[in-house]
Amino acid sequence: MAAETVKSHPYHIVDPSPWPALGTLSAFLIATGGIWFMHGGPPLLLAAGFALLIFVFYAWWRDVVKESRVGTNHTAEVAHGLRVGFLLFIASEVMFFFAFFWAYFHSSVPAINRVAHTVWPPEGIVPFDTWGLPFLNTLILLTSGATVTIAHHAVVAGDKKKLVLWTGITALLGIIFLICQAFEYSHAAFGFTDGIYPSTFFMATGFHGFHVFVGTCFLIVCFFRARAGHFTPQKHIGFEAAAWYWHFVDVVWLFLFVAVYWWGSSGYHGPMGH
Amino acid sequence: MAHGAAAGHGAHAHGEHDHHPTGWKRWVYSTNHKDIGTMYIVLSMIAALLGGMMSWYIRLELAEPGIQFIEDTQFYNVLVTAHGFLMVFFVVMPAMIGGFGNWFVPLMVGAPDMAFPRMNNISFWLTAAGLVLLVMSAFVGGGPGTGWTVYPPLSSIAYHPDAAVDFGILALHVAGAGSILGAINFIVTILNMRSPGMTMHRMPLFAWSILITAFLLLLALPVLAGALTMLLTDRNFGTHFYDPAGGGDPLLWQHLFWFFGHPEVYIIILPAFGIVSQLVSTFSRKPVFGYLGMAYAMSAIGVVGFIVWAHHMYTTGLGVNARAYFTTATLIIAVPTGIKIFSWLATMWGGSIDFKAPMLYAIGFIFLFVVGGVTGVALANAGIDFALHDTYYVVAHFHYVMAIAAIFAMFGGYYYWIGKISGKQYNECLAKTQFWLFFIGVNVLFFPQHFLGLAGMPRRIPDYPDVYAGWNMVSSFGALLTMLGTFLFYYIVFHTIRSGKPAEANPWGEGATTLEWTVASPAPFHTHEVQPVISAGDHGHGGHGHGAHPRPAE
Repeated sequence: MAAETVKSHPYHIVDPSPWPALGTLSAFLIATGGIWFMHGGPPLLLAAGFALLIFVFYAWWRDVVKESRVGTNHTAEVAHGLRVGFLLFIASEVMFFFAFFWAYFHSSVPAINRVAHTVWPPEGIVPFDTWGLPFLNTLILLTSGATVTIAHHAVVAGDKKKLVLWTGITALLGIIFLICQAFEYSHAAFGFTDGIYPSTFFMATGFHGFHVFVGTCFLIVCFFRARAGHFTPQKHIGFEAAAWYWHFVDVVWLFLFVAVYWWGSSGYHGPMGH
Repeated sequence: MAHGAAAGHGAHAHGEHDHHPTGWKRWVYSTNHKDIGTMYIVLSMIAALLGGMMSWYIRLELAEPGIQFIEDTQFYNVLVTAHGFLMVFFVVMPAMIGGFGNWFVPLMVGAPDMAFPRMNNISFWLTAAGLVLLVMSAFVGGGPGTGWTVYPPLSSIAYHPDAAVDFGILALHVAGAGSILGAINFIVTILNMRSPGMTMHRMPLFAWSILITAFLLLLALPVLAGALTMLLTDRNFGTHFYDPAGGGDPLLWQHLFWFFGHPEVYIIILPAFGIVSQLVSTFSRKPVFGYLGMAYAMSAIGVVGFIVWAHHMYTTGLGVNARAYFTTATLIIAVPTGIKIFSWLATMWGGSIDFKAPMLYAIGFIFLFVVGGVTGVALANAGIDFALHDTYYVVAHFHYVMAIAAIFAMFGGYYYWIGKISGKQYNECLAKTQFWLFFIGVNVLFFPQHFLGLAGMPRRIPDYPDVYAGWNMVSSFGALLTMLGTFLFYYIVFHTIRSGKPAEANPWGEGATTLEWTVASPAPFHTHEVQPVISAGDHGHGGHGHGAHPRPAE
């Protein structure tokens, strides 16, 4: 039976790892600490939970990067699985946004909800000028979609310098977008608790902004990994995932821009309107 | 395996290769699909005791009119809520998807483990953390008395001012994140790690059921997460999604909740379909009748499950056109469901049926599912639902169709696979006794609730008029029988582990054609390290049973 003890499959049998259990501990701390904080307590547990979470991210993904570079664990089949897995993760994220878009249209489109607001934005809400900062942010994100594609071509062509440069530029555009959005938020003519319009606006754009933040972090990691020479024309799953994630964030923004910033402001006719 | 299904693969292939980590690290750090599956099963057995005891307490209270034990009616609501959450998220899902899915999907498709073993582990631990958070919620303030549907405004800060509902929300967030990661894991495992020759159309129906379930989880749970996030910000940060005072709408929650909730009930029952298909085929010693129809009927149920959600909301003032649409769409689900029922019957037809305990549970499942399905067809009609909404008729319906039907599939799966999991075989006599006790118990428990509902008894109320007294007492007596059946099951588990007879690699004979029966019992720590090769000539041995059996001439 000697033959049977030799592994003949191309898959990766992963060694035991402390990170999933520690990651769960961090989630538990964030949940309980978050509740404590929301009900008037100090944010101590919450901060501890996030600190542990970030450490687990680092340690877990360090292991993954190591496994992908040392030995023969990451075969073509394993790489394929990672790609499919990441695409499925993005699909689940799409459905997360789906809920917030549902909330938005449920509140603003009488054709799909008979008790939706017939005037949108509701009386008293002064929305952002579509063709001001929101449009600039659209241009920034669209440009970043192009720059990440240039980086993608560079990694396939094996051009490390170009890959590093354009990944860096993409991350920079992400940071600029976030600064613009922070600026926009601080100049909003409506408060966070001022009713359903700010609720849907800040939830949808805020959740997106958080995803831009995550995507930017992902790109920054790719920037340093690219500089360290981790990516080859044959193997660059980490970069590919970051690029896909970035495109997803980009597409969500286009929906947000059209639905929330553009159509959502079109009912506003100035303080003396109607 | 008498039929030489898997070339280069023996029943005891990995004897000397069975070393594994020891001590607590084996479990806490686990990256092994069998160990993680076992942990899921243990977790679900703990949660089942909690959720079960709550329901027995509820039935004690309801045995007679008037308040017997539960003076604090908020506590009654907390019991109802926690019972629902526990049974749905921490009993059925962990047992069938996390437990049997983890154990047997890789074994059935010829994969050496799950696609992402570390992520598999965090899926389990997040489920466990969710369970802890849920239990904590009951001890905070007055506890969450919202029902598992958590409708605002009852769940809003005005009516649940303490942190109980927040604990409930975060319990679902944490457990939901684990389930989404688990879903990704199952999909990638099934799509990417099938052994050579194990085509999708040769894959066992249990693996098919988990694949479809995983897609439902992947697409439905994030919508719940979004809805929960908005509830959390409504409660704690002053948003107005569900608050009419700020221009919001509580019905938004109902739409989002049921857009998740209806797929969720299929998440619960589809793995049961998969298990029952394996059981019926094995113990009828016939391939599943209409294998492809079975696989695609499940797919159809999964797809249509996403577009029927508002049949839970007929009485909310939905427009007449919406009610007509949702009635029609819902009734359409009866078609693929009927395909499944009749295909199981046709599988048994002319078969050499062996009435072992798992087969009894499979047949019990079919009976219960048909009863619940028929009342479902009745409730699908908006007009009828106006009279029956929020009555015990609905309670009877969904307990038949998803609760006890799912439990029957779980018991059947347990008896079917425990030999493979533990290496010990259960005691047939005890198991059959347990079946009859449980089968009679749940029917005495839930069938009278149809009458109560038709007579107008509302659900989620701890007291009721004297006119409902008789059937409530019968129902509570059924709960007693069910409790005895449940305790007998726990005893059988204990008895099996302690003094069960050693299980053969394949205790079921020629009817059991799937790949898990080609490895030793208990299954070695690592299996399928040499990929089993399935060839067309073998009629997909190790497969679904479609042509998997030798003709008599063979």
